[in-house]
Amino acid sequence: MSVVFYLLAAITLAGGLVAVLLKQLVHCALATTVAFAGLALLFLQLDAQFAGFAQILVYIGAVAILIVFAILLTHGSELPKGGVFSRTWFVGFVIAAGVFAVLAWAVLQSVRAVPQQSTVPAVTVHDIGDALVGRYVLPLEIVALLLTAATIGAVIVAMHEKERPR
Amino acid sequence: MTSTAVNSPLAGYLLVAALLFAIGLAGALVRRNAILVLIGIELMLNAANLNFIAFWRYGPHPEALTGMMFAIFSIAVAAAEAAVGLGLVISIHRHTNTTELDKMNRMKG
Repeated sequence: MSVVFYLLAAITLAGGLVAVLLKQLVHCALATTVAFAGLALLFLQLDAQFAGFAQILVYIGAVAILIVFAILLTHGSELPKGGVFSRTWFVGFVIAAGVFAVLAWAVLQSVRAVPQQSTVPAVTVHDIGDALVGRYVLPLEIVALLLTAATIGAVIVAMHEKERPR
Repeated sequence: MTSTAVNSPLAGYLLVAALLFAIGLAGALVRRNAILVLIGIELMLNAANLNFIAFWRYGPHPEALTGMMFAIFSIAVAAAEAAVGLGLVISIHRHTNTTELDKMNRMKG
């Protein structure tokens, strides 16, 4: 394990933790962006250049901006009176800690069985493009349809309706 | 066991992904605001993507591109989910003037 991995993991986890714990929603959105960036760098560290840059484009470029837009459109920068955590916050933290304990236990128990391929995979963007329009062309078309439907659906759901008498 | 875990890079990535998943789950469970719940769900999806990429990198057949493709399609579906989810939050805010989940009780029996 290299120093770079520990640094990137610390940045990612700190970003996620701060995003969950901070009060101001805008600060949470910025911390989420830091976590997304750390994940993209982890992808690059794993020699997955295409996935890393797709992560930067989609998450930092689109999803983070969408979250900031949604916060500003819903006046999320005002602090709520009843606190930011729900009444059952303790149960939520206990469930999350339990899930992490089970996952970590499973990983540590199977550490001998996990694959240990150390050679860097020789996969270029050209190979990924070939696979996308070859073997994976049906999922690609389905994702295209899904994105179109999601775009239209999001516009229709969020579209301003005419004022109706209530 | 701990020394083996330190020597295995894949186990390190899996532990980071598990911790990130737990953080996202905590965010989705303990926060009142609907946008923060969506952020928690995004963090959980990202942790799963990290697992896919790590298994692709250290698995026996990286040239088959299976984990990589799954992660790319997962990123695309997560983007669609974020767009629709935030659209729903904005629509609910327009109707009920709140984004707090406790106050969205119109369908409560």
